[in-house]
Amino acid sequence: MRDVAIVGVGLSRWGEIWDASLRSLWSDAALAALADAGLDRVDSITVGSMSSGLFVGQEHVGALLADELGMPGVPATRVESACASGGLAVKAGFAEIAAGFSDVVLVTGVEKMTDVSGDECTAALATAADAELEVFTGATFPGLYAMMARAHMQRWGTTREQLAAVAVKNHGHGLLNPNAQFRSRITVADVLKSAKVAEPLNILDCSPVTDGAAAIVLAEVGVARTLLKGRPLVRLTGIGHATDVIALHNRKDVSAIPAAAHAAAKAFAMAGRAIKDVQVIEVHDCFTIAEIAVLEALGVCAPGEGGRQAASGRTALGGEIPVNVSGGLKSKGHPVGATGVAQLVELTTQLRGEAGKRQVAGARVGLAQNMGGTGASSVVSIVEVAS
Amino acid sequence: MSLNPARVAREFPTRYRLEAARCTKCGASVYPARRVCPSCRATAFETFTLDPNGTVVTFTVIHVGPSSHKHEVPYVHAIVELNGGVRVTCQVADVEPAEVAVGMPVRLEFRRIQEDGEAGVIAYGHKAVPR
Repeated sequence: MRDVAIVGVGLSRWGEIWDASLRSLWSDAALAALADAGLDRVDSITVGSMSSGLFVGQEHVGALLADELGMPGVPATRVESACASGGLAVKAGFAEIAAGFSDVVLVTGVEKMTDVSGDECTAALATAADAELEVFTGATFPGLYAMMARAHMQRWGTTREQLAAVAVKNHGHGLLNPNAQFRSRITVADVLKSAKVAEPLNILDCSPVTDGAAAIVLAEVGVARTLLKGRPLVRLTGIGHATDVIALHNRKDVSAIPAAAHAAAKAFAMAGRAIKDVQVIEVHDCFTIAEIAVLEALGVCAPGEGGRQAASGRTALGGEIPVNVSGGLKSKGHPVGATGVAQLVELTTQLRGEAGKRQVAGARVGLAQNMGGTGASSVVSIVEVAS
Repeated sequence: MSLNPARVAREFPTRYRLEAARCTKCGASVYPARRVCPSCRATAFETFTLDPNGTVVTFTVIHVGPSSHKHEVPYVHAIVELNGGVRVTCQVADVEPAEVAVGMPVRLEFRRIQEDGEAGVIAYGHKAVPR
């Protein structure tokens, strides 16, 4: 297997962006990543998009976007695994280079979510759950994660305030990220008094609906060394991908996300690393309970300790192991297909030492965890900078 | 999403009659029936009917509902473990949300789940009620 590095990163604007289309957002991110890499051609393109069909009535976005970039002829592959589509696009690009199919791949993710009504958006997102067993009966995504939260509270004594601490921390981080959608400081009291969505989760426990795109350029490591321009070489040394039962009720422990643990074990084995080697982490905090359960799955804390850890400051910027210094999905925004790619944009920025006020001092190894549904898909990536 | 009549009808055994499958190799109870046993991957089953009695494993009270269930908010949505170990996701009806608790004994009852406008398909299934 050939070694892979990240040589360019780019983001579009993120938010509720009425003047931009799926293709223009995507192009902005792709052009930014290519410019960052100093490249004007690639061998191949991957696109993570959960549901361009339901959100904008457009499938076949691989070819569409290659065309949009003035690159008809270049092979472009769209991949989908709900909100882990971006992470899967990273895996697809990594595999192409590792296997020798391509030397340089433009890896992208995009979602244009605000061209549909709130009801249509809810319905599109719900397609990540089991249509017959969950959605038919009235399930929503906040509702499914709320059931996970209640189970966690019941089993481990996690409190409503500890859930809120995740949102408070990530909004605090988002204040330091000029690309974040919601740059506002919030308090535990704000979370507790915000509108009920699905008890015990309130609106400030939920990531927002976001238009946006993210892109990274992957290159075979020898090629990457010719593109450094004095910057450190950021290598993608491990990637793991796992699935789980899709209906939450079929998971033995509904307070846990075992696919994240399985994906992490594969990524760590590939990289020859362990969680203790990691200094900066981006996880899929689509809801506050998700960050808590995922950090337990990754071994950042013991099972059941995620709530207490969130309230302790251990995972805040300046803490022992900072998590979601980008603001996470909660504050930065969650254009579902773009999120898994954007996590690597953040980690690359951190490992280059270019993250400004939210820089994690001495970050040399980073981990990204992206997931789909209630954790029926998870992708974990390990990135590191050579010393 | 509109209710396609064929899609609704093909779920009748599962949703109307609570028909489940028991793996003839490992004995696992599988609901709904499927081609491959999720426990041992054997492919031979016998049909049985679920015991409709069980308990609440976890639940939520949904305040922002999907268009199909918006008229019912706030409603209680739960994971219920039936006697015999099969779990289902369903609403808990005929109860005040504040009275629902983890471990509460419930029974599945045949209820209307969704309807597709005035002239469209009405889809039935089961909701849990206190017992």
